[in-house]
Amino acid sequence: MDVKSALFYMFAAVLLFAAFRVITARNPVHAALFLVLAFFQASALWLMLQAEFLAITLVLVYVGAVMVLFLFVVMMLDINIDHMRKGFWKHFPLAAGLGTLVALEMAAVLMGGFRITERPAVAGALAAGAELSNTKELGKVLYTQYLYPLQAAAVILLVAIIAAIALTLRERKDSKAIDAADQIRVKPGERVRLVKVKPSAQQAGPLAAAAEESKP
Amino acid sequence: MTITLGHYLSLGAMLFALSVMGIFLNRKNLIVLLMAIELMLLAVNMNFVAFSYYLGDMAGQIFVFFILTVAAAESAIGLAILVLLFRNKSSINVDELNTLQG
Repeated sequence: MDVKSALFYMFAAVLLFAAFRVITARNPVHAALFLVLAFFQASALWLMLQAEFLAITLVLVYVGAVMVLFLFVVMMLDINIDHMRKGFWKHFPLAAGLGTLVALEMAAVLMGGFRITERPAVAGALAAGAELSNTKELGKVLYTQYLYPLQAAAVILLVAIIAAIALTLRERKDSKAIDAADQIRVKPGERVRLVKVKPSAQQAGPLAAAAEESKP
Repeated sequence: MTITLGHYLSLGAMLFALSVMGIFLNRKNLIVLLMAIELMLLAVNMNFVAFSYYLGDMAGQIFVFFILTVAAAESAIGLAILVLLFRNKSSINVDELNTLQG
């Protein structure tokens, strides 16, 4: 077994272990941290597949942004874990059986059908850019052939920003902040409002009496 | 024994099966459900990158790029909905989301 195979098996083993711990961890914070570990292992595997740009992007975007968001949310919410875990091990045999079945079926098909061992020397799309770096190659395709999908992806991100902010934004009810524009636009007539109050004898009576009593 | 395309695809399949298991096991916990979905997308991306390498076609990596974009947007909105849900119901138990059943 050469070094590359050994590295593959090591990364794959840690990746599967981390994924297993994500779905069985008791504490959601631990699950999120194991997911970070899984992303790091996947990133290393992608480096072995010479997809350097995507590997770095996975670490930067997923570990740096999405998982931090997950951790923020997990720590912000006060979750009753014990209640959530009720019936967890009851479903375990069913889930394990189903998972094994899916994995075995797919592996049986895939291991038999895809025995490609080496990267093809010259492939049509890559022939011109064989000596370019992965990032440059990706950029060349992305900004020419896939320009419109790229714009659509940008719009999707914008929609996500606006939706996430609009969903979670709430105005403080006890805020005493003043609106400068409202203050400038005010007219003299709105400053003072004269209210006619009828003098009422019933209220004035006891008050006046109390005032007189308190005076010596 | 060198690593073939089948090895990477099998790894993706196992990862996918694990995340399906996770969805079965954590049916009540919405946060872990979201994490299992992230794992599923990772498994799919693994397949795309492996195909891209072994077939020498850049399109697979482009597709992973877009999947990463959409997955980031999806998890951001999903977590926002989760926070909103927790504010209104003080719980993220999936079993309690039954107000629409009429």
